Amino acid sequence: MSLLTAVYGMLFYAAILALVVGLFLKIWRYWKTPAPLKIPTTPAPTTCTGVVFRLTREVVFFESLFKSSKWTWVFGWIFHVSLALVVVRHLRYFQEPVWWPVTMIQPFGLYAGFGLLLGLAGLWARRFLVDRVRYISTPSDHLMLALLIAIGVSGMFMQYVAHTDIVAVKAFFLGLMRFHWQPLPADPALLVHLGLVAILMVIFPISKLLHAPGLFFSPTRNQTDNPREARHLAAWASALDK
Amino acid sequence: MATAAFETPPLKTYPVIPLVQAGAMSHLKPFVASEPIQKALGFPGELAEDWQSKAITKMGELLGKYRSLQVYMDACVHCGACSDKCHYFLGTGDPKNMPVARQDLMRKVYRRYFTFAGKYFPKLVGAVDLTRDVLDDWYSYYHQCSECRRCSVFCPYGIDTAEVTMAAREIMDSIGMGQKYSNEIIGKVHRIGNNLGIPGPALENTLEGLEEDTKDDTGIDIKFPLDVKGAEVLLITPSADFFSEPHVESLIGYAKVFHAAGISWTLSSMASEAGNFGMFIGNYEQLRTIALRIRQAALELGVKRIVVGECGHAWRVAYSFWNTLTGIGGGASDPFALALQSQLDSRFKQPTHICEFTDDLIQRGALQFDKEANDHRFITFHDSCNVARGSRMGDQPGGQFIIPRRIIQAVANHFHDMAPQTIGEATFCCGGGGGLLTDDLMELRVKGALPRMEALKQVVEEHNVNFMATICAICKAQFTKVLPYYGFNMGMVGGVHQLVSTAIRLGDR
Repeated sequence: MSLLTAVYGMLFYAAILALVVGLFLKIWRYWKTPAPLKIPTTPAPTTCTGVVFRLTREVVFFESLFKSSKWTWVFGWIFHVSLALVVVRHLRYFQEPVWWPVTMIQPFGLYAGFGLLLGLAGLWARRFLVDRVRYISTPSDHLMLALLIAIGVSGMFMQYVAHTDIVAVKAFFLGLMRFHWQPLPADPALLVHLGLVAILMVIFPISKLLHAPGLFFSPTRNQTDNPREARHLAAWASALDK
Repeated sequence: MATAAFETPPLKTYPVIPLVQAGAMSHLKPFVASEPIQKALGFPGELAEDWQSKAITKMGELLGKYRSLQVYMDACVHCGACSDKCHYFLGTGDPKNMPVARQDLMRKVYRRYFTFAGKYFPKLVGAVDLTRDVLDDWYSYYHQCSECRRCSVFCPYGIDTAEVTMAAREIMDSIGMGQKYSNEIIGKVHRIGNNLGIPGPALENTLEGLEEDTKDDTGIDIKFPLDVKGAEVLLITPSADFFSEPHVESLIGYAKVFHAAGISWTLSSMASEAGNFGMFIGNYEQLRTIALRIRQAALELGVKRIVVGECGHAWRVAYSFWNTLTGIGGGASDPFALALQSQLDSRFKQPTHICEFTDDLIQRGALQFDKEANDHRFITFHDSCNVARGSRMGDQPGGQFIIPRRIIQAVANHFHDMAPQTIGEATFCCGGGGGLLTDDLMELRVKGALPRMEALKQVVEEHNVNFMATICAICKAQFTKVLPYYGFNMGMVGGVHQLVSTAIRLGDR
């Protein structure tokens, strides 16, 4: 086994561990932190089903962002949908046989690569062109976009400019998953691509990428509007009644 | 003390998002609470030596008690969706009045002390130590937020700056840096029973005077009962309704509605205040203690229903929090809440907003109106922020927008809404909410009213509007003060029940 294979193999084990454990700890914290008061942003659904619909609209269509800023919505939505397609397309490298939905999505996944870059470019442009957004942008905001764009560009480079030995890459990842390591091709574009993805996985639970799980725990979005019908009590608040 | 001179912003024909003007409002800070004011609420009198570590400890405590704060500190991606939504930013151009930047004042401290990235790579993620300069920025800009929640409507994750502002004020109170205006008022509620500090005998006197005045006006004996045991309804209304103009006109309106419907009611001298500034300072214990007076009054007077007068944040507290804080509501199974809920009549919504109460009577045909009596008025309706985005009326989501308008249209002939992006869930704060209704913040109040004034100007020009109805004591007081800065008559603002009062037909019962 080459040093390269060993380093990348360990890197991905570490990255997946950081992602899963980090996210678990964060979500656990969100879960156990109480929301002592009813604070849904009204008008809000009065039933649980309504809340599920509200959250679904937020997750799938970015409803609030649409109300807020059409440009941000266009670029943000294109980016996220493209990213979802691209990620699903990549599942083929982690399974044998490949699920039929993953096979079906392949052509869309390829186009989505362009959508991903377009969306990111639009979002980055706002950080320079809109003075308000320029004011609030930190170095990490720019780096995050640079990281995602670099991942997209290195991936597209392998797709359209210089193919990598994708069969060997798949064997490498299946090997990692089955604890039966296979060699990783020493292709620079591939190594850049995989290295950056590993970085993304590691920083996910310690960065603003927490907006993904955060949305589901946001009391202004996930609470039902029924404070007069049911008494809402957190443990520390109900202790005051005694 | 007079505040420094400032320029009233010009009213533009079309709303324009201002360019960022860094530091435009950094000079503005409300007066700091004195030691006696702080001590009366159990807060330290002044900044102690170790204020910094105490503040961080408090922040850690709040992060563990409020899921909202914990999630909102992590979730923001700096997308900028909220950046042009705050009336204080639109009116001042100060970038720290953009909701995201206001939150970041706390977020950068959170990152420094509570996150991996901020501890080890502070520059990268914009994390900073909690220094005296940062604390001063907090004091300034967390008192330039009216907790109106407009930003939370537009945030893709529902981040509510009000939650962050409340936490910041709670932290500042806990280290001895409270705001004079809010904390002085909370002290008055505890000491005297209401925000204005009206003692029981003065209140009784005022109500007698109102009975005489109303008798002179209408020729009918309309009662303003106080502390009547066994009354059907306990009315909880902002104390401004007793003394201030135009507030008192709505109080007369409520009395006429009760009279015309033949429903017995009473005010309480102990709980003579609907407002609850405990919410403004984000202190759960204060919020709860203030609300408990109403529970106690309801139990002592043995009432069947609790109705709340025209007050925005009070209705948010009553609608959204009273059941949690005091058991005023329905559906409880614990002994503390049941002690009250078994007394209240569960056929009615508890608590009921006075607009729900009046609207229900109108829908059932129990009230009659001479709409022509309001023909001299061309009316628009200002949705108050806390009612719009922190509560509801009626059974359907959005009832808080429909019901007050339905009342206005039942009692008057001329009604015109302002531009859709300035009403309903997107309504603008009056500029004086959230504990900012104080003369030391007049510059902020005037500039923060700009978006509402522009929307008003449009309906004034297009529909000759001369009356802006609202259902909030703070909105009424704020507009009375700032309308003249923009060339409008201060008498243009009034209550929905002021309109009801003008048109209602009173049979002599």
